[in-house]
Amino acid sequence: MIPEFEKFKRFKAKNLPKEELLAPGHRACQGCGEVLALRMVMKALGPNVIVCMATGCMEIVTTPYPQTAWKVPWIHIAFENPASVASGIESALKVLRRKGKVPKKHIDILAVGGDGATSDIGLGWISGALERGHDFTYICLDNEAYMNTGVQRSSCTPYGAMTTTSPPGKKSFGQVTWKKNVPGIAVAHNIPYVATASPAYFLDLMNKVKKAALVKGPAYIHIYSPCPTGWGSAPERSIEFAKLVVETRVFPLYEVIEGRYIMSRKITKPKPVQKYLKGQRRFRHLDEEHIAYIQQRVNADYEKLVRLSEIT
Amino acid sequence: MAKRVGIEVSIALAEAVKLANVDVIAAYPITPQTHIVEHLSEVVADGEVDAEYVPVESEHAAMSCCCGSSAAGARTFTSSSSQGLLLMSEILFIPGPMRFPIVMAVVNRALSAPISIWNDHQDIMSQRDIGWIQTFAENGQEAFDLTLHAFRVAEDRRVSLPMMVNIDGFTLSHVVEAVELLSQEEVDQYLPPFKPRYRLDPRKPITMGPVGIPEVYSEAKVAHNEALKASRKVILRGWKEFADLFGRQYNPIETYRSEDAEVLLVTMGSISETAMTAIDTMRDKGQKAGLVKIRLWRPFPGPEFRKAAGKAKMLAVVDRCLPPGAICGPVGAELRSLFYKVPGGPKIFNFIAGLGGRDVTVERFEEMVDKSMVFAKKRPKELYEVIGVREK
Amino acid sequence: MANTDAIVGWKTITFGCHVMEPGSSTKFRTGDWRSQRPVIDNEKCIKCGICWIYCPDMAIIQNKDGFFEVNMEYCKGCGICAHECPKDAITIVPEEG
Repeated sequence: MIPEFEKFKRFKAKNLPKEELLAPGHRACQGCGEVLALRMVMKALGPNVIVCMATGCMEIVTTPYPQTAWKVPWIHIAFENPASVASGIESALKVLRRKGKVPKKHIDILAVGGDGATSDIGLGWISGALERGHDFTYICLDNEAYMNTGVQRSSCTPYGAMTTTSPPGKKSFGQVTWKKNVPGIAVAHNIPYVATASPAYFLDLMNKVKKAALVKGPAYIHIYSPCPTGWGSAPERSIEFAKLVVETRVFPLYEVIEGRYIMSRKITKPKPVQKYLKGQRRFRHLDEEHIAYIQQRVNADYEKLVRLSEIT
Repeated sequence: MAKRVGIEVSIALAEAVKLANVDVIAAYPITPQTHIVEHLSEVVADGEVDAEYVPVESEHAAMSCCCGSSAAGARTFTSSSSQGLLLMSEILFIPGPMRFPIVMAVVNRALSAPISIWNDHQDIMSQRDIGWIQTFAENGQEAFDLTLHAFRVAEDRRVSLPMMVNIDGFTLSHVVEAVELLSQEEVDQYLPPFKPRYRLDPRKPITMGPVGIPEVYSEAKVAHNEALKASRKVILRGWKEFADLFGRQYNPIETYRSEDAEVLLVTMGSISETAMTAIDTMRDKGQKAGLVKIRLWRPFPGPEFRKAAGKAKMLAVVDRCLPPGAICGPVGAELRSLFYKVPGGPKIFNFIAGLGGRDVTVERFEEMVDKSMVFAKKRPKELYEVIGVREK
Repeated sequence: MANTDAIVGWKTITFGCHVMEPGSSTKFRTGDWRSQRPVIDNEKCIKCGICWIYCPDMAIIQNKDGFFEVNMEYCKGCGICAHECPKDAITIVPEEG
């Protein structure tokens, strides 16, 4: 077991930190589930952190010069590389501490990227940083397409979803591939902590972020992040979808602690995936056959996950 | 006390990095840069320097990691070459405007295709406009000295810009030369500890790398350009103090037997040594030939170059790079711009030489000078000629 | 959305183009974007804070009495608070004018 978790005090509904480390005035769309997830992440981490961010919606909406929504040190270099930037910061602080040039106090290092930055363009960079064992947390805010550039498909776009580069047409039904299992890739690096989270389950999300920060070495958290603009969903329903995605087993919540899978929330009576798909324009064109296929694969993936939690 | 040793130039350069008491090295191996990073790994492993060596998974990650390290306030070094430098390219443009004083040794090598591990300047010339201070070393002593100079200048709070030292792959990087290595005390005397103007620090949170909206993008770019131009004062001061302390004086532009020369060869990097031999040979034959060597490439030292060119009638400018479809090579183009419509300015001929490890011999330099004499009378069709290339 | 704060010269722009003032986005009032607004009925409110924790715009603030208020300077009118309120204490009404 991880020793840092023993002294860990869980967040409860009554003791949520009041402090906002992300200021209002950011330019995220109405009902943005991604900025909301980010807000929760920052609440969990507190002010003693350095944030490295990939190019993407969150970077754009929080830092149009000369303003910033950030109340913690923050850096953006490029799209694919926040994990490498975090590697550099972590290495720098390590040696500067040894040389007595910065205070001894530990500082959390957070790298954040969207699903495109994480599952596509930056995957190698993340792999490198995880493999090298830097003490940092990587968070993927997954809104399931390249939203910042106008809703193009990524390898995290779900099967069947309509994006501007996976359009349904006479010969296609939208995204033809199944969502890439990025948490699984993170697990394959034998890092101490991997988790999935959804902003609907904010205590679960915040506790996972805190654990990720506490653990020594790399941690990876994959956070489902509703995007009303990209999904064609009503802004007020972002949290509803963030719940439904879990209740339908489409996006199961789990932790992998030192290789051991732990289901955060067992969904014993799942709602049909149809309930989740409905109300999102990106899935509107799907016929019964596609939905049946999605249902079958969702079931299979979930069962596989449960088995993993039983055998590890 | 400094000591003179026979040492491979790559190792001498790495020793300079060690003596600079570097904090973070993030590098990815590529021929012919490997001996630099191998030696640095060793000195870190042996505790000869208290630093973090980050064995990154690519050059792009190397430069990204360096940006993070420098932003956190660490003295930061990397080294690359050729394809690796190009893989870094996206990130190379970033530390300049963000004012991160990263120091890099570029071991110059040709670009694919066809793949070649041998020396020319196509790698750095393709990255000419990244907004770094760029110097070129001619020999092992310069590689060592210029590396220390690079830390000193880059980290100067008036400058705070990334800086690179170029050394020719193999022909310089892998040769063993006599180099005077400075002692730790001497280096400490020359190079103060790095004190960044700003760093990522939760006690004083700032946002680095915000979005440059159209209202401010031009100003940000000009601010960087002006900082780069203004760095020349600190560059010169850094060389002067180096000379005061250790007796070796460097200048942005240097000349060899140029005083009364009619034709001046213009070179960069290690071929300058062969060029000097060529000048001696030509002088012995009574030809009025001289040499101008460019040590500081960016910011380009225009006034110094004009002064160095003196009253020469012709410049035979050697480029180690063939930019396809261009009017001439990059150094040639730079000097054409410098002398455009300058009354009494020299005629400029551009020779592309030494691509992908092709030797540039004394005879080749003589050929360039001879051709310049001919071209002065009869203007050639093209503004450049690729020297020594076979047609059939 | 012209940003008059950004009108600086190259000599006066911040070093490295860094933003030195943390949280300065508060100068930008996103309340202008709103076409509808939440109205909280304190009679029904149980002070659970669900509206607060689910607000993507940090526009809901708890007052001294423990009730929640909407900061109209920043509220974009997304409606999550009303949709998620377990007591239906929040209604969304159109902005007038």
